[in-house]
Amino acid sequence: MTKFCSERIAKYAFEYAYLNNRKTVTAVHKANIMKLADGLFLESCRQVATKYPSIKYNEIIVDNCCMQLVSKPEQFNVMVTPNLYGNLVANTAAGIAGGTGVMPGGNVGADHAVFEQGASAGNVGNEKLLEQKKANPVALLLSSAMMLRHLQFPSFADRLETAVKRVISDGKYMTKDLGGASTTQEVVDAVIATLH
Amino acid sequence: MASFGFQLLKRTLGNRSAAARFFSSAPYTPIRATLFPGDGIGPEIAESVKQIFKAAEVPIEWEEHYVGTEIDPRTQSFLTWESLESVRKNRVGLKGPMATPIGKGHRSLNLTLRKELNLYANVRPCYSLPGYKTRYDNVNLITIRENTEGEYSGLEHQVVRGVVESLKVITRQASLRVAEYAFHYAKAHGRERVSAIHKANIMQKTDGLFLKCCREVAEKYPEIKYEEVVIDNCCMMLVKNPGLFDVLVMPNLYGDIISDLCAGLVGGLGLTPSCNIGEGGIALAEAVHGSAPDIAGKNLANPTALLLSGVSMLRHLDLHDKADKIQNAILNTIAEGKYRTADLGGKAKTTEFTNAIIDHL
Repeated sequence: MTKFCSERIAKYAFEYAYLNNRKTVTAVHKANIMKLADGLFLESCRQVATKYPSIKYNEIIVDNCCMQLVSKPEQFNVMVTPNLYGNLVANTAAGIAGGTGVMPGGNVGADHAVFEQGASAGNVGNEKLLEQKKANPVALLLSSAMMLRHLQFPSFADRLETAVKRVISDGKYMTKDLGGASTTQEVVDAVIATLH
Repeated sequence: MASFGFQLLKRTLGNRSAAARFFSSAPYTPIRATLFPGDGIGPEIAESVKQIFKAAEVPIEWEEHYVGTEIDPRTQSFLTWESLESVRKNRVGLKGPMATPIGKGHRSLNLTLRKELNLYANVRPCYSLPGYKTRYDNVNLITIRENTEGEYSGLEHQVVRGVVESLKVITRQASLRVAEYAFHYAKAHGRERVSAIHKANIMQKTDGLFLKCCREVAEKYPEIKYEEVVIDNCCMMLVKNPGLFDVLVMPNLYGDIISDLCAGLVGGLGLTPSCNIGEGGIALAEAVHGSAPDIAGKNLANPTALLLSGVSMLRHLDLHDKADKIQNAILNTIAEGKYRTADLGGKAKTTEFTNAIIDHL
């Protein structure tokens, strides 16, 4: 655990919250046990928090965090975590939100950014999904909207996101993991139809 | 000097009752168990447990010990040597919530217990309580967490300013030990499947060793299905469909997070029982919630967690009929909904809840 990386991710989290009108950033840690490692992470987060006085900052221990996520997930807004906890928290949150099929994600670096499904647990290499054409394109579509935003095309991003959300809320074209029976192509066609 | 004599006398009497239990033909010679009522709401809920166990005619004789107000130099903590010896001798105990006093120069109470009694497995049965509605109503799983090593070995150091390293240690001995207990528990309680939770695709050597040990033990129990699930997949499955899991066995960090996640699925720490298993078959059941000093002494506390932990303890002692009787009484009282404590959304006092359970026995 290094100060450099912890600061970097904390800065990104607060900047993201600021640019996207998010009110709270929560740091997830286990510093009561891993005093030096997670302690360093928390220190970096606290330092960055002082530079964003308009954003509320709080800290939560990772086991309590998971418990709260399954009972009251609405209390969380932006969460910043170290590597391992982030994996667990992202997958738990994805499960609560509807599964790997709907959660978008992105990997951001200093020079490049790669956008992909937010949580890929269990879906990678699932041949049956491919054969039956039941893969859910929503996650990747929303991830590409994130990419458009990153490229500073907010209007395109908004149009795509609204179209996808309308298709899901209409409920007519949904893949199996969301409880429907459509194929991937049918969902995509519905999104294109909504875009026009 | 007098205390030493008393110790010797207690030890002899203790041994005699153990011997009597072993050779006696009567199945219900009282078993001695250590009770740590703890702080805050501890004494009230411990009182509930004692009353209910007495009403159910459970053959347990409680030996109460309290956390001291001074540090015992022999244990470097507020728990006295006598308390620890009592658990070692009786081999079973029940612990209420203990608030570790703030300050330096002493070990935390839970750490003391864990190290001194070599408590290597933390077992938490999580099942949906009928009548207490949460988002999930098909939960029926047990989490078994390795409790001595892993990411919480406490081996951290600073390399240079701004760079910190933490060591994760997994040993064959500890992994075998917890896997053995997991399979033994599954067999003893009629469970069909044991799932090992890991991240061996990334941590190939540490979690890889853990998995290898689980596989070795799995071969000795061919009637129990064994599977391996990656931790992130496990988290997702737990929040989507917790009914998929039966017995989960995991190293320390994942176990910490998953056992609290599962507690959240059924209603929180106020309802979750827990049992720590130590070397030589020692079992220390405990309530994992806090001591709630703000409601202490007001007859408002919910004794369910401590009661269900006591039930776990009875199951460990093979007193299954008594355990079932008390568990059913608790579940029926909660399901009925007439007497529920404040944290469950009701208005009953601790004593009213306790009496309702006794009525249901």
